[in-house]
Amino acid sequence: MSLSVRLKQQLPGIALDLDFDAPSGVTVLFGRSGSGKTTVVNAVAGLLRPEAGRVAVDDWVLFDTDRGEWLPPHRRRLGYIFQEGRLFPHLTVRQNLNYGRWFAPRGAQRENPDRVIEMLGIGHLLDRRPAMLSGGEKQRVAIGRALLASPRLILADEPLAALDDARKAEILPYFERLRDEVSVPILYVTHSAAEVARLATSVVALQEGRVLRHGPASEVLADPSVAPAGVRAVGALLKVRVAAHHKDGLSELEAGGARLFLPRISHRIGEELRIRIPAQEVILSNKQPEGLSALNVLSGQVEAIRAGEGPGAIVSVNTPAGVVLARVTRRSVAALGLEPGRPCYAVIKTVALAPQDVGGRVFAP
Amino acid sequence: MEALRLSLRVSFWATLVTLPFGIFVAYALARWRFPGRQVLNGLVHLPLILPPVVTGYLLLLTFGLQGPLGKPLAGLGIVFAFRWTGAALAAGIMAFPLMVRAIRLSIEAVDPKLEQAGATLGASRLMVFATVTLPMIFPGVIAGAILAFAKAMGEFGATITFVSNIPGQTQTLPSAVYAFLQVPGGEAAATRLVIISIIIAMGALLLSEYVGRRVAERVAGS
Repeated sequence: MSLSVRLKQQLPGIALDLDFDAPSGVTVLFGRSGSGKTTVVNAVAGLLRPEAGRVAVDDWVLFDTDRGEWLPPHRRRLGYIFQEGRLFPHLTVRQNLNYGRWFAPRGAQRENPDRVIEMLGIGHLLDRRPAMLSGGEKQRVAIGRALLASPRLILADEPLAALDDARKAEILPYFERLRDEVSVPILYVTHSAAEVARLATSVVALQEGRVLRHGPASEVLADPSVAPAGVRAVGALLKVRVAAHHKDGLSELEAGGARLFLPRISHRIGEELRIRIPAQEVILSNKQPEGLSALNVLSGQVEAIRAGEGPGAIVSVNTPAGVVLARVTRRSVAALGLEPGRPCYAVIKTVALAPQDVGGRVFAP
Repeated sequence: MEALRLSLRVSFWATLVTLPFGIFVAYALARWRFPGRQVLNGLVHLPLILPPVVTGYLLLLTFGLQGPLGKPLAGLGIVFAFRWTGAALAAGIMAFPLMVRAIRLSIEAVDPKLEQAGATLGASRLMVFATVTLPMIFPGVIAGAILAFAKAMGEFGATITFVSNIPGQTQTLPSAVYAFLQVPGGEAAATRLVIISIIIAMGALLLSEYVGRRVAERVAGS
């Protein structure tokens, strides 16, 4: 199944005008606040009526302003996971979970409630009311409620933004399971590059209401031109395998023959992961570095140098582990004599491979 | 005693019949933007600001036996003039603004985002209202109904103008108090009725506070 979206809408300050397709898996709408992400999701949900456009899941049209078609939200078969959860305070967790099921068409393919409850680990909460739940528990129930409505499309609008880091780490695996186990397209809004790195099958980077870049996560995140969507976002995604866990608290990862170290992770040896290396955590050298405290050094050739605004430049380095991006100054580029094709070394500070940037199963790209 | 029974009956029906209208109008005023919204708001509040005698006289003109609504309704067997049903109509109209205000406040306190969530989960507007909005405003509805009941119990001006003061037919508690005060030596009987009125009014107030608090606790889930 795939979702196609075409929208035009004049908002205060920006003109939304975009067109993209979202395959099954997680399509992340990525961009700064005010780039129009939430407007897109709400238009897909039918909570706001855009001036022009068309949204369809395969050939099932949710609305098409050219042909005057408009399905009200309750007939769109959605599972919408809101930032604030929006659980019904007067109903128990069980009743909240069942809410969407009451209205799902009889013939709809139904998720097994016991399986969903088990997957989300909310079995012990069923008789509580939302007021008695923690933020993370609320969001898990909200995910379950959306899933059990037998949706043909799942929408998530910054579902983790209201949670602290520990809660985010608690919820992210459930979204990964959602991505890997549910066949419907998931449209996921966020401005966090870490969430993109972990979840995205494909990424739509938005800037001021327009699609800046659209493609597989590893390509979009590695493209310095997405910088306007959030400079800190630029970084490489590497596919790695867990090679060993060491006694001194480090885990060893293997990628294309190269070795990387990071603080101990809980994944099993042999498991495939993807990790994100933010460009600003990478230092370049034109000689084999010696006497450095950094453990991770990848050798390779400069692939391209893209100068951005101001004094900075993004250098992409082709290494055995994959393409690594480094954010350096233009002065350094000149001082090191970096040019496409020249050998160089990418030094990655160990701490840069933060656990929240470590993704689950490697998906499409 | 007859006046008390009549008053209870009049107020009960006045409250029960106006309640659905009250919820509907309160919802429309709280949630919908439509032309004439301010006019509707003004009409609803009119009985609160007009002298009750004027409201009663307007009812008499409209629902009297020769009135533009009274005549066709009488043809259907529904007669308001000089009947207890007329007293209920007058009481209901007079209590309506209080009921609408209480319910409207509680609707405005419900986050429309929860109603949106209901819609995305497949509930039509009506089902969202029945399963999300109504349960959440229940304390406000109860409070509005009890307030309206108390107001209906005390309604005097519009009632006596519209349906007069016929013992056993239209003589409600306040009308009876008024009648006793018009005859020499009626003060004792009037005082008895006054005490009954006070007890009922206080009882209604306490009940509404109690019910409101209990329901609010249940809804909040604490």
